[in-house]
Amino acid sequence: MKPQEYQKLVQDNSPPRPIFKNMLWAFFVGGVICTVGQVVLNIASKVENTKAEASAVTLAVMILIGTVLTAFGVYDELAEKGGAGAAVPITGFANTMTSAAMEFRREGVLLGMAAKMFVIAGPVIVFGILSGFIVTLIKVLILKLL
Amino acid sequence: MSNRLGSQTLTFSKVPRLLSSYTIVGPLEGKGPHALDFDEILPDDVLDQKTPEKTERLILEMAIEKTLQQSNTKIEDVHFLIAGDLLNQITSSTLAASTYAAPFLGIYGACSTFAQAMGLGATLLQGDFAEKVLIGTASHYQTAERQFRYPIELNIQHISSNHHTVTGAGVALLGFANQGPQVTHATFGTIVDMGLKDSQDMGSAMAPAAFSTIKQHLKDTSRGLEDYDMVLTGDLGKHGRKMLRLLLSKEGFSGLERLQDGGSQIYGDHQKTGAGGSGAACIAVMGLGYALNMLKSGKARRILVVATGALLSALTVLQGESIPCIAHAVALEA
Repeated sequence: MKPQEYQKLVQDNSPPRPIFKNMLWAFFVGGVICTVGQVVLNIASKVENTKAEASAVTLAVMILIGTVLTAFGVYDELAEKGGAGAAVPITGFANTMTSAAMEFRREGVLLGMAAKMFVIAGPVIVFGILSGFIVTLIKVLILKLL
Repeated sequence: MSNRLGSQTLTFSKVPRLLSSYTIVGPLEGKGPHALDFDEILPDDVLDQKTPEKTERLILEMAIEKTLQQSNTKIEDVHFLIAGDLLNQITSSTLAASTYAAPFLGIYGACSTFAQAMGLGATLLQGDFAEKVLIGTASHYQTAERQFRYPIELNIQHISSNHHTVTGAGVALLGFANQGPQVTHATFGTIVDMGLKDSQDMGSAMAPAAFSTIKQHLKDTSRGLEDYDMVLTGDLGKHGRKMLRLLLSKEGFSGLERLQDGGSQIYGDHQKTGAGGSGAACIAVMGLGYALNMLKSGKARRILVVATGALLSALTVLQGESIPCIAHAVALEA
């Protein structure tokens, strides 16, 4: 059998992914995380004077929640069900950093944990900055030209 | 060359046997359907070690000690220790072997290592180069995850074709005796690469390698699948098992009901381990546990163990290389 034929045979025989079920779970898990975020924001808004300060507090609290849930081994179970619903919110970002830090701690604090902490979160930061730069550039150009 | 059959198979006229063996599995495997086939089920997969790598090494050492104890053999009487694992530079095996004074042959065949070791061990015995050869493999879920995949606690959604690396070790002592399961043939496989690149579906990538080795073994020995009470593939998983059946039936092989797969069977469906188990320990514990118990209890007289390996690395996957696969077969008789 030629490789191409076999590749097609594999394709024809791989079971379909449960996309609809996955999407429902992602919606549910992501929704719950965002609802918690909203509750925290509402409380923070009462305590803090400005909106910016309130959202900063909210982010810090959500990151803390994500980190603690990761440390106790709960967050990966959440993601197993929720997929992108658990990965996309900032709690998911906290999870990528914490999980890498935990994983590589055994190679030492400096060359293990600290160096490898960004091994998964790194691309998010790189492309976050890059896309921020491009969007800002477009905005400036449009404002200058109009 | 009287010990060769056909193009890839070796026969062992001097009848090397398995003198003793020992299998250790982690708690998850210990909750699977084959729990009773294993010699020891660990209470946890840490064993008070600082790192999972240390645990993997320890499990291998424990299995070696127990195997030697069971046949009252001193390590000084072992002429070769052949071992391998999944980690870079097979460090679990080399670190474990540093405890023993036996000449050490470290081998890497990914999840096919066990059959490779058994075939090589039998060859050394047949060639009068040794009287006792110790073979063993080990793997650990956490060490394999970090090397081939992601941090354990990362938010990853596993898919149905993902494998779960078996935590455990299987060790056997090969030598000459009047009784015990014998190794009659070994068929070393060639690399088979069908151009598949999806490291999330290693079963489908390995199935053609298993097919190639099984086909060659049957041709070399003039046997059919029916001549074996069981053909136990290593860790094709649920996807790969299906692909192997397809390949065999397309070529008109009969006796497909003799096929079983260690990876697909080591965990129960409720254990949510995707396609099933994998890892260097998978076929070691299923072969020395399940298959050997079948031979010892008389439920089977002749078994073909076909260990399959996906010879990828984390690097080659990122560089877009396809997955080279291999399968080695050893025939066992009661």
